[in-house]
Amino acid sequence: METEKTGRERKVSEVSRDQRDARKKGDGAAPGDGLTLGMKIQDLSAFYGSFKAVTDVSIDIQANKVTALIGPSGCGKSTFIRCLNRMHEVIPGARAEGHVMLGEQDIYAKTSDPVVIRRRVGMVFQKPNPFSKSIYENVAWGARINGYRGDMDELVERSLKHAALWEEVKDRLKESGHGLSGGQQQRLCIARTLAVEPEVILMDEPASALDPVSTQKIEDTMDQLKQDYTVVIVTHNMQQAARISDYTGFFYIENMGDPGQLWEFDETEKMFSNPERKETEDYVTGRFG
Amino acid sequence: MAQGSTKVERQTGGAGGPDFKASMATRYGLDRAFTVLVTVASLVGIAVLAVLLVDVIRDGSTMLSLEFLASFPSQIFPENGGIYPALIGSVWLLGLTALISVPLGLGAAVYLEEYAEDKRINRIIEINISNLAGVPSVIYGLLGLGIFVQLLAPVTGGGSVLTGALTLSLLILPVIIVATREALRAIPGAIREGGYALGATKWEVIWSHLLPMALPGALTGIILALSRAIGEAAPILVVGVSLYQTYATAGPFDGYMALPTQIYDWISRPQQIFQDSAAAGIVVAMAVLLLANSFAIWLRNRYQQRS
Amino acid sequence: MAIRAEGTRSGTDAWKRNSRAREARERVIKVFLTACAYLSIFTTFGIVIVLFEETLRFFLEVSVVEFLTSTRWAPTQGDFGVLPLVYGTLVATIIAIAVALPIGLLTAIYLSEYAPSGLRQWLKPALEILAGVPTVVYGYFALTFITPLFRDSVFPGIESFNAISAGLIMGVMIIPTVASVSEDAIFAVPRSLREGAYALGATKRETATKVVLPAALSGIVAAVILGISRAIGETMIVTIAMGAQANWFGSPLEGMQAMTAYIVQVVGGETPRESVTYKSIFAVGSALFLMTLVLNLVSYWFVRRYRETY
Repeated sequence: METEKTGRERKVSEVSRDQRDARKKGDGAAPGDGLTLGMKIQDLSAFYGSFKAVTDVSIDIQANKVTALIGPSGCGKSTFIRCLNRMHEVIPGARAEGHVMLGEQDIYAKTSDPVVIRRRVGMVFQKPNPFSKSIYENVAWGARINGYRGDMDELVERSLKHAALWEEVKDRLKESGHGLSGGQQQRLCIARTLAVEPEVILMDEPASALDPVSTQKIEDTMDQLKQDYTVVIVTHNMQQAARISDYTGFFYIENMGDPGQLWEFDETEKMFSNPERKETEDYVTGRFG
Repeated sequence: MAQGSTKVERQTGGAGGPDFKASMATRYGLDRAFTVLVTVASLVGIAVLAVLLVDVIRDGSTMLSLEFLASFPSQIFPENGGIYPALIGSVWLLGLTALISVPLGLGAAVYLEEYAEDKRINRIIEINISNLAGVPSVIYGLLGLGIFVQLLAPVTGGGSVLTGALTLSLLILPVIIVATREALRAIPGAIREGGYALGATKWEVIWSHLLPMALPGALTGIILALSRAIGEAAPILVVGVSLYQTYATAGPFDGYMALPTQIYDWISRPQQIFQDSAAAGIVVAMAVLLLANSFAIWLRNRYQQRS
Repeated sequence: MAIRAEGTRSGTDAWKRNSRAREARERVIKVFLTACAYLSIFTTFGIVIVLFEETLRFFLEVSVVEFLTSTRWAPTQGDFGVLPLVYGTLVATIIAIAVALPIGLLTAIYLSEYAPSGLRQWLKPALEILAGVPTVVYGYFALTFITPLFRDSVFPGIESFNAISAGLIMGVMIIPTVASVSEDAIFAVPRSLREGAYALGATKRETATKVVLPAALSGIVAAVILGISRAIGETMIVTIAMGAQANWFGSPLEGMQAMTAYIVQVVGGETPRESVTYKSIFAVGSALFLMTLVLNLVSYWFVRRYRETY
């Protein structure tokens, strides 16, 4: 709540400048081969003004897998994940350095258009943020602005089904998205993201504001999702990470005031049973954090 | 892995896939046009203000002089006329209005923020105040006419400068109350608790901590409200401001002239010389108001930077 | 008295607090503050009583039906049909809103979504100054600058007093009201909603116009209603630039009289207190008060609605 209240600084001039750069290359269409893509991140650092929040992360996000990012609060997980679809720069003064390859394309290349990137790399936020529109419009809107030419009703239904929400809302698609429960709102936001058919879905603690039942439903959806999408999820919940992910990255800050870094990255099973580094073990066994 | 089949079902092909065909060139074209539109629109008001200032300065330059400030208006020799009594009247209005409205406004705000317990009455007062803020100023004139000019004539002296100030005070009270309440609300509860924990009474906490802390914020609202009050012509026209008098106001029960009504009187006369006098009067009034407004805004910026 | 050991306490003698006097002071102050707060209620009652008392007396001499339905307003001849005055007020108001709604709304969008913070710091105070310009000044500007400008350009036949110049300048006067109330509402839209739109690949304009604006709609409606209420109650611009001749269904290029302008016209003359004409300003005032009261209440309701949503 308080992040929204401080909002006088929520200017987005960065975005428009990047849009100008990208405009030169016209449609910004990327070559698509119909396959789900992974991401290759090289030496990514993120800044807020002069403060370095995340330093030199290099990591391969595997296609059609769920990658979980864990770590103590304030270690840069959320900042990092926002760099993967250029949402980080929406915050005034925030910027990122390094390379993030989506297939063959570096999303931080001069010619990359953040608007197009964000369509291809979707994001679900910590707190559900449905638009002040009907349930149907919440799902259809993103597809419409991106020029979807197919059958919209079918797309909305398919997206809501994928997000395991269809049965609950099919009779009240015209009602406001705000009338749903918190868990339903979050699934609506997932459906909305699915409707623009991204290749990667980023989830920033999608269940942290929800009750256990809703959390369960969202975890169930996630299992489905990885068949079609590459999923990256930030979570505070170790059990959740162990349950749903194939790979796990552990973020850690060594000393107060240092930037966060990727401390260890491996298959989830290995990370939770036999990690290489002591801090990782301490964290996954709940000794701190 | 069951990937192969699901992927075919999915039928997406990246951003350039068959289903998403929005032309980025078109979308950015619209974006650029919209940026130009909002930028231009936001400058319209400022542009009009600039043209207005240039226009009145040009029209008023023939009359404007130190003598203009120090002379009485004249029907016979209008070119030697001035705004002295109107200026003095407006200063009286300003002073009396401040004396009346500031304590009352602060008091009401303190009550509503710090004392009021009955939620329902509090809410009624709140709605009532927000309504009063929207009542046309000429209606306040009619209120003043009924109450201060007629009913309370023995106390106020009828159409005196005190009556004018009382009327204007009622007019701006809602603004002062709202500004002060906001300033009070911004003070953290810990300050109050800190005071009570030392054994201070409610009023002691309010007087020595809350009011001083709220003052800069409230002061901005007060200055803006007062500058609005002395710019008002309609309500004082209704409660009997003089359009011409041969003496300057010297006490609260005297008659009075005022800047905006003097300007109005000149505008409504056909001769060019009076139009020029009106423009010169406007230049003086605008100078005073711009100064007061700038001070209020400066005060607020300074205050906001510190907190 | 025993000699006390050196310690941190001063002993009860050192505390001279008179709690009874203190309590009495607290009570007196509370009474004063309560009175201040209730003054606003008395003000409202005062307005209602003063207006309606004289209005009742007016209706003893003029029928309510004539007042509300007749289209002739000529007090000197005993014609008291208020509709021509209402018409004058509405024409000026509609012109004003036609100016202030688009410009005020676009300004609000610019301020909250587009303006670089440096420019914004200048623009907002400048708008406040625009709102603080005395209305006689606007009246002068409409009469001596805008009307001649129209006459020399697009409307050669325009009358010296006319609704269009007065309405246009009134529109400029209420731009700050519409802009600042709308901006508050736009600002209250949570940042997460904008991010949601960006994350779907929306451009800045798409986010601003299709996500943020609809979310702020009830606040924007409140801003427009408040603007209408301001325009209806505005007095000096229409008095100076629109004229003092009631004109039922006149063209905007002609002079006409607004309700507020009529009140000023009557109090400016020497009208005896017991005359029908004098009482008529309270009847017109009552109509004006009721119109703005309804608008203000509706606007208040809309503002509360968006405050509750976020």
